[in-house]
Amino acid sequence: MGVDIRVENLNAWYGNTHTLQDINLHIPSNQATALIGPSGCGKSTFVRCLNRMHETNPIARAEGTVLMGGLDIYKDASPVEIRRRVGMVFQRPNPFPTMSIYDNVASGLKLNGFRNKRMLDEVVERSLKQAALWEEVKDDLRKKSGASISGGQQQRLCIARALAVDPEVLLMDEPASALDPVSTAKIEDLIFQLKSQYTIVIVTHNMQQAARVAANTGFFLNGKLVEFDATTKIFTTPSDKRTEDYITGRFG
Amino acid sequence: MSGTRTTRTANMNRLHELRRSAVNHFVTGLAVFSTVLVLVPLVAIVGYLLYKGASSLNLAFFIHVPAPVGEPGGGMANAIMGSAVILALASSIGIPIGIAAGVYLAEYGRGRHLGNLVRFTADVLNGVPSIVMGIAAYSLIVAKQHHFSGFAGGVALAIMMVPTITRTTEEMLATVPHAIREAALGLGIPKWRTVLSISLRTASPGIITGCMLAFARVAGETAPLLFTAFGNQFTSFDMTQPIAALPLQIYVYAVSPYDEWHRLAWAGALVLIAMIMGAVTLVRIFSNRGALQGGH
Repeated sequence: MGVDIRVENLNAWYGNTHTLQDINLHIPSNQATALIGPSGCGKSTFVRCLNRMHETNPIARAEGTVLMGGLDIYKDASPVEIRRRVGMVFQRPNPFPTMSIYDNVASGLKLNGFRNKRMLDEVVERSLKQAALWEEVKDDLRKKSGASISGGQQQRLCIARALAVDPEVLLMDEPASALDPVSTAKIEDLIFQLKSQYTIVIVTHNMQQAARVAANTGFFLNGKLVEFDATTKIFTTPSDKRTEDYITGRFG
Repeated sequence: MSGTRTTRTANMNRLHELRRSAVNHFVTGLAVFSTVLVLVPLVAIVGYLLYKGASSLNLAFFIHVPAPVGEPGGGMANAIMGSAVILALASSIGIPIGIAAGVYLAEYGRGRHLGNLVRFTADVLNGVPSIVMGIAAYSLIVAKQHHFSGFAGGVALAIMMVPTITRTTEEMLATVPHAIREAALGLGIPKWRTVLSISLRTASPGIITGCMLAFARVAGETAPLLFTAFGNQFTSFDMTQPIAALPLQIYVYAVSPYDEWHRLAWAGALVLIAMIMGAVTLVRIFSNRGALQGGH
């Protein structure tokens, strides 16, 4: 089951660049939440702060409080623990090229020392079914490399890989921006189905996509969260002039 | 009026096309010529070795130790065994250290003083003449123990393997896409696990090639063994004592005044090349086993 995320006074830097400024936000559990905004507005940095991936860059730094189901992820947990509870899907599909499809899905468990073969088989099948990829790959699980399938399939494989470790939160950083429209539609269907079981945060440049999958939407601009509200409200009657300008295409 | 202009443009296009085609042929020809130029010496050397050495190869060569001067027959069983043992020791020391140093440089030592120092040392070590490696091993091990040993020879060769393997490992790890590391870290896999199971595994074909290059290079080294392994006329597996090695035996036989020994030296050189090629081929076959469809 998903947990809610409460962000309080979050600030982030890359070197001397103040990428995120005083972000306060409550992301409800078991829903999809979309983050929109022009390139470089800080929305990717924001999701990377939610699983502490931001700090893997040596010049990056973050300050503030992120409560995930009540757990302060910057005070009470290690980055590794947090990343096991918060799955992430990246912009470009990034399956492990040296691993089979099966091993890609099982990697999060296997590389953390999980060895029970029967359980692994079950998890791999369940995760691939959740990612709507099972029927397409079930005959090649151990034969084919994770990098040998199509781009859209690779991205669903990456979603299955993230789901296999049974996370509570799923972060998706523009998960469909490198895919064709058919594959994009499949990913959106997936988000629609998964959001009842996980808290999903999706960064997107595609406003129609945000409108289709997300209950709430946040608009980022120049490192600040300008507005956060129900998606219908953001796209019909935004409170802030800048949000309106962006969604009507006057800039960005 | 417009007709002449069209003709002129067409002529210019044709001229341009001819020029482009000529340049294309010239450059392709240059590439083929260079390839042939590189291959000719290689084929010539192997061919000449076969011509000179194959006739002296027989079973006795592989199972007998050298015969006394004037006696016909004799073989290089001692040297073949000795080389195998020394190279096994050198590889088992040099490969782990080389890979570990390469991992440090690529994954942990970027932009650090220690990292730069290690990288600089590896580059310098790579350029040190092999005889100097022998002297180093001599003063570190032989002089302390007061006798020559196969162990000292193995260490000298191991030190020669390290810089090549270190730099190849570093370069190969640098080619592993950042996105793949992020995928692993994002799954909650600890950094050390990510390095071992993701980065190293993805880079392994290149790293194996680097290890094979280092192995092939030291397998033929004579100078570092001259005053370490020293050589031995009898078959020995005792690494604490002097031990025979193919390059040493070839050297001794090649500079001797006896025709019979010259023939054996040719055969020895052929066997040495065959051993190196055999080892490299075996590793290639072994490392390609279980490869996945469409993997990298």
